[in-house]
Formats: sequence, structure tokens, C-alpha cells
Amino acid sequence: MTDANAAGEILTAQHVMEYPYRRSLGPVLSAFFTGLRDRTILGARTRDGRVLVPPAEYDPETGEATGDLVEVGPAGTVTSWAWVHEPRDVHPLDRPFAFALVRLDGADSALLHTVVVDDKAGMRTGMRVEPRWRDETEGRIQDIECFVPEAGVA
Amino acid sequence: MASQNSPKYNRQVAVIAYAQTPYVRSERRRNEVEMLMPVIAEAVEKSGLPRQEIGFTCSGSSDYIAGQAFSFVGAVDALGAWPPIRESHVEMDGAWALYEAWIKIQTGEVDSALCFCFGRSSMGDPAETMILQLDPYTLAPLGPDAISLAALQARALLDSGRYTSVDLAEVAARSRRNARSNPDAQLVGDLAGEDLLDEPYLVSPLHRYDCPPISDGAAAIVIAAAEVARRVCSRPIWIRGIDHRIEPHQPGARDLTRSPSTRLAAEKAGASDGRIDVAELHAPFTPQELILRDELRLAGDVRINPSGGALAANPLMVAGLARIGEATREIAAGRAQRALAHATSGPCLQQNLVCVLEAD
Amino acid sequence: MADESAIQSIVTPVRMEYTFTPGAASQRFLLGLAAGKLMGQRCPECRKVYVPPRGACPRCGVATRDEVEVADRGTVTTFCIVRVPSENIDLELPYTAAQILLDGADIPFFALIQECPWDQVRMGMRVEAVWRPEAEWGPTFENIRHFRPTGEPDVPFERFQQHL
Ligand SMILES: [Zn+2]
Repeated sequence: MTDANAAGEILTAQHVMEYPYRRSLGPVLSAFFTGLRDRTILGARTRDGRVLVPPAEYDPETGEATGDLVEVGPAGTVTSWAWVHEPRDVHPLDRPFAFALVRLDGADSALLHTVVVDDKAGMRTGMRVEPRWRDETEGRIQDIECFVPEAGVA
Repeated sequence: MASQNSPKYNRQVAVIAYAQTPYVRSERRRNEVEMLMPVIAEAVEKSGLPRQEIGFTCSGSSDYIAGQAFSFVGAVDALGAWPPIRESHVEMDGAWALYEAWIKIQTGEVDSALCFCFGRSSMGDPAETMILQLDPYTLAPLGPDAISLAALQARALLDSGRYTSVDLAEVAARSRRNARSNPDAQLVGDLAGEDLLDEPYLVSPLHRYDCPPISDGAAAIVIAAAEVARRVCSRPIWIRGIDHRIEPHQPGARDLTRSPSTRLAAEKAGASDGRIDVAELHAPFTPQELILRDELRLAGDVRINPSGGALAANPLMVAGLARIGEATREIAAGRAQRALAHATSGPCLQQNLVCVLEAD
Repeated sequence: MADESAIQSIVTPVRMEYTFTPGAASQRFLLGLAAGKLMGQRCPECRKVYVPPRGACPRCGVATRDEVEVADRGTVTTFCIVRVPSENIDLELPYTAAQILLDGADIPFFALIQECPWDQVRMGMRVEAVWRPEAEWGPTFENIRHFRPTGEPDVPFERFQQHL
């Protein structure tokens, strides 16, 4: 037994850690997720007029509370992207896709989400994309199934 | 010659000992306590301070890496914490544990401190573990793993026109080449930068070589105020400045090709008050080293990551303190008079710590 | 005007998978269990015996290497009565969970007491391990179903008060 140990047999155990968190939202994220359920995307306007998407409760540059929530997009521009050749189980898509930063029309910051195109050659920085909504929306970031190239744009 | 920016501190504090494990792909034979004990014992012995005289202990680790809630409490078993000691913990890289200990010495409450950190990242999937540090409302549900986020940063940097894929590959090649002379490094190699470009992408535009290995390991450091350091250590290495700064969390709210937090931390730590011989930069992904170099405005002859850096070994929660430790080794070996060490935390270089170290 | 149907909270489950390895001391302990033994380790400095061992003496901060087999019987140092159900425990409520100081060990460890009405468990009570059939043994604590009273006279408090 101890010889087997010395020979390098190491015991292993599979362990799964799960937390079934339910998170309360507060007024800003509540409005954002309610908007997603209703297929609109909201940003928060800072005191100096910039629009943050996803909306933040406070302007990260000044610490001041943000003001009105304004509707943005739904289309926008890819500002950076990463092509996932082999999706992981934790990813929302099971085929190759891009993680992308999308600056929605009317926003000054970019939303991190996914873009689906046929292959990597279909991706480029600056491309125009629009959300593809799930059939059933329930008020979560995954209500946007992914972004896809904007209809009618070459 | 100190500029007006030179930080003014109540007390001069020095590193008096450093120890680390060799970094390995998978530490399967030892648990965290067994991994830490020899490292802590070595650091304490090198410090010349009796264990009971060290005024404060602070550790850095993450329960999500250990797969166990309050895992850091168990690590105290490696300390011999009797009679009861003053102890604290950060759920962060050990570099931030060092910062807390340094503050504790500045307050005058203690004169010396032991900091240690550990991570057996290999028990889980570290790229996915790091998703748990993200905003749980809008980011984490999409599963953007650490490699994918770094790839977004890489693309932004390449798009900026400041660097090319060849520049990234050269960072990888140089890091693994430097690692050959570091007995504790894990990923060691001798590849020419341009040979690498034909390799497949992991998450485009990052190749596997642009990414750090999965590493297990531990490190410990002992610091002391000048009066103690002078008494027990023949060649203390002075912490001339230390500062850390953070940026907004949402990657889309930042210019990912810049690191204003690094620039500001370096300024506050007095990095430009004298010549830097060596810089140990905590850049787990190749584009991050280039971004940091630009922000730190390092002269062309500054030796970057002679240890191989995080691209040669990336034990999570350890790799930042290891940069500080490796910088002290360069000074102790007489290969540098003044060194800059950097540690990062959060996605895409969100938070950055800069520590300026100098020989006696 | 409050929107009655506004989303007030979201569910964000977290799931992570790990492959644990026990480390040297726990591995020896688990392999001991597979052979029907309870193996502890002795501190070279203070001579205390730890079961289960973690590889270090938390008091002295030194490695513990001497292997020591301890008895599968011992003394209840303290206990509690559990009246709340738990997903992982399939026992009739209420039941008794106890700290048991095995003969030869210096720290008690946690185990369940059965074959004894819950209101008769007491500090100082002598108990012994009830093992599963040998054919079912593996490198796991589950080899021991529970502890039960031995019927020996109780141990006076003075003899275990240092081990609470
Ligand atoms: Zn001891």
C-alpha cells in the first residue's frame, strides 16, 4: 500500500462546487434587465453626457451618480474581438464564435458580448452588428443570444 | 537625486528574505500546507528573525482556486501560529498582501512582517476560475474566460498599429529563453519569434505561446523596518516606493491598449526618480508586457523579466509577489542596483501595483 | 410609478469542477483507512499526535512525519444534537454529532454517534468505530459508519479537558 504510494499512485477525487446565487439588482440594473426582457438596451448617462452600456450606478471616472437611462442601439460597431476556435462548456455558444466589444449606437462605452458569423474571416474591427434576441426573453444578459452582422450592410 | 514626486514615507522598509517553490504544472503530491511549510521556513530562516518576533503575517490566496471556502484559514497550519499571532489575508495575489504588511509597518504598529501566498491552480481550470472575478450580472453569465479577455486586449493592441504579432511572439520567445537561467521556472524554451507564428491560435489573435502555463506554487517574503532590517540583515533591499491603482471593471469602459493605473502607480512609487536596471512585469499574456513597457516608459536597455516572468510560470495569486521576489534576487545577486516590480489583478490589467526596490 | 413587472433579481448560478489530490499526509491517512487503520502523525517538537494529519503541527509550524497508528475507539469530548435536516445526511432526526478523542491522539475529530439514544450521549463517554464490511473498504472516511458506546466507564473531565 505505501509502496504503491511511493511508486506514484496518487488518490484523486472529483469535486464540484456550486453556488445557486440569486442577486438583487437595484434600480439601475433592474431597469437594464427589464429593458432586455422587453428587447431594448439601456445605457446610463453621466453628468458630462457620456452614455455607459451596460449602465453603471456611478460614473467610474468621477464617482458621481449617473442620471437618466437612455435607449441605445440596438445596432453597434465592433471595437475589438477574439475568435474562440473551440468553445468551452461555460461559453454560451457551442460553435466557434467571437467574444466582442460592441459600442452600441448612442453609447460611449462598449458592451461585452458574442458575435456569430460563419467563420473567423467574417469578423473585423469596425464591423456593424445587431442583436439577435432569444425567442423567450426573461431579463438577463443572455436574452441577447448573440450579435450578428447588421442586416443590409455588406 | 529625488524628484519632488519622490514618495515620503514614515518608515523605510526593506525586503530581508524571499523564498519560493519551483513552479510546476501540477503539484499533486503535496497539499497547500505541505507546499507552504518549507517555503515559509526558508524565508523565516533567511530573515534572521526568530519566527515569534515577526510582528505581522499576511497571506494572499483565492478560495475559488483551492475549491474550498475559507481555505486560507487552513494555511495558517503552516505557520506555527502559537502563541496566537497577528494575521490577515487578502483574496488577491500575494503582492497585495505585501502592500498590506508594508502599510502595517508604516503605521508603526509592527516592525516586521511575513507575507506568503499559494495557488494550486491545476486542480481546476484557471482560465474559467478567473471568470468568477468578473461582474456577475453582465459579464460572468457569458463565460468570458481569462484567455478570451486577453485576446480582446491583444486585438485592440494590434489594431492600434503600435505592435504586430511578431512583437507578441518575440515577447514569448524572450520570456522562455530568459527562463532557462531560472531554476524555478516551468516553461523553458529556445524558440525564435518568427518560428512561432505558424502555430495554431488558441483564441485568436492569441497563440498558445502568447498565454501563460498553468502553474502551481507558493512564495514567502519577509520585510522589516530599517532598524530591524539593519540589525538582522547584512544587505537589506529597500522598498523605495510602492503603490497600486485600479481602473473601471467593465473592459468596454476602458482603452484596453493603455494602462493608466500602471502609469500612475509607477509615478506615485517614484519609479522615475532613478535609473531602472531590471523590470519584473506581471504580464501573463504577451500583449500585456508591451502595454506595461509603454506605460512605464522603460529605457531600451532595461532588462525585462530575467526570470521569464508569468509567461514562464503563472501560479495564480503568487505570480505577482514572485515578480517582487525575483527582482530582489536580481539585486541580491548584484545584477541590478535598482529594480521595478509590477503585479496585476483583475481582467485585462484592471488593477496594477508597482514596487521600486533598491540595493543598500 | 413603480413597474410591477420590473426584474428585481436574477439567478446567476456558479459551478466549478476540481480534481483534488489530498497531499502526502492525507493520502497516507486515506490509504490507512483503506486498510482498516487510523493513521495519525506525531509532531517532532511538541510530540502531539494529529488525526487526521495535515502534514504540519499547527502549533509548532513544523512538518509532521512520524506515522502513528491510533485506536479506533476513544472518548467523546463534546457533542451536539442535530435537529435540522441536511441533504448529505440520511439519518433519523435528531442525531448526535460529536468530537471524539481517539486513544493515542491529541486532537479530537468529528464523527456521528449511533446505536445510542441522542439524550444519553455525554462528555467523557467511551465510544468505538463501527466499520463497514471489509469488502466495501476504500480510501475514505465512509469505511466507518459511525461510532457507538462501548459500555466502558466514562472518562473524567480532567483527563480530556486539555483536548477540547
Ligand atoms: Zn508541535
